[in-house]
Amino acid sequence: MSRRSIEPFVWLAFSVGGVVAALLIPVSLFLFGLAFPLGWVSPPDHARLLGVLGHPLTRVVLLVLCVLALFHWAHRFRYLLHDLLRLKHHDTVIRLFTYGGAVVGSVVVAFLVLLAL
Amino acid sequence: MSEQPAYTDSYTGSGPRWYRPRVSTFWWLRRRSYLIFVIRELSSVFVAWFVVFLLLMLLAVSRGDEAYQQFLALSATPGMLLLNVVALLFVVFHAVTWFRLAPQAMVVRIRGKRVPGTWVMALNYVAWALLSALVVWVLVG
Repeated sequence: MSRRSIEPFVWLAFSVGGVVAALLIPVSLFLFGLAFPLGWVSPPDHARLLGVLGHPLTRVVLLVLCVLALFHWAHRFRYLLHDLLRLKHHDTVIRLFTYGGAVVGSVVVAFLVLLAL
Repeated sequence: MSEQPAYTDSYTGSGPRWYRPRVSTFWWLRRRSYLIFVIRELSSVFVAWFVVFLLLMLLAVSRGDEAYQQFLALSATPGMLLLNVVALLFVVFHAVTWFRLAPQAMVVRIRGKRVPGTWVMALNYVAWALLSALVVWVLVG
C-alpha cells in the first residue's frame, strides 16, 4: 500500500483555480486596475460597491476565487522554482513558502469576506 | 588492453559517474517555446498579485468611504497603473493559454461521441465573455 498523498487534491485545486482565474480575473483587473483609475468608466460609489460585495452570493464567489487562485499560484510557482531556478532539492522550503503562503492568504480572505464586509 | 573505466563519483569517490549535463541558468532563453513556457508559468505570480490587490480593495471598502477613495487614489498612481497593466497582460495570456489547453484536459462525450476540441475551446470563450459582461453589469451597469 502506498502512502496516501495530498498531491491529487493540490492538482485539482490548481486546475479549478486556473479556470476560475482565467474566467474572472481579466475583467476585474481591467476595471479596478485600469478603467476606474484612468477614468474610462466611473467607479461605483461606496454604498453600491458595499452592497454588491456584501451579497451572500458575491461573498461565496470571492472566497472561492481567492482561495483557489492562491493555490493555483502556489502549485504553479512551486514547479516554476523547480524548473526555472532548478531548486528541486529545496522542495521542503519551497512548499512551506508556496502552500503555506496560500493557506495564510486564504485565512485573511476568509476573515475579510465573511466577517469584515 | 584491459582498460579500467574510471568509475569514480565526485561525491563518494566510487561507483558509476552520473551523467549530469550542465544546464545554463538562462536555458529558457534558448528557444521561443521555452520562453513561452516560462511566461505562462510566471502568470501565476500575477494571479496571486490580483488576490492581494483585491484584498486591499475589500479592506478599504470594509473600512468606509474615505478608505475606499484612498484605494482609488492609490490605484491611480503611476507605479500601481504600470504594475496592473503588466499584470493584465499576464492574466490574459494565462486565460488564452488555459482555454487552448482545455480541450486536451477535458474530453467531453455526448452520446458516446467525442465533442470536437474546438467546441470545448469555443465554449470556454463564450463563458469568459458572459462572465465578464456579468461582472461589468453588476459593478457599473
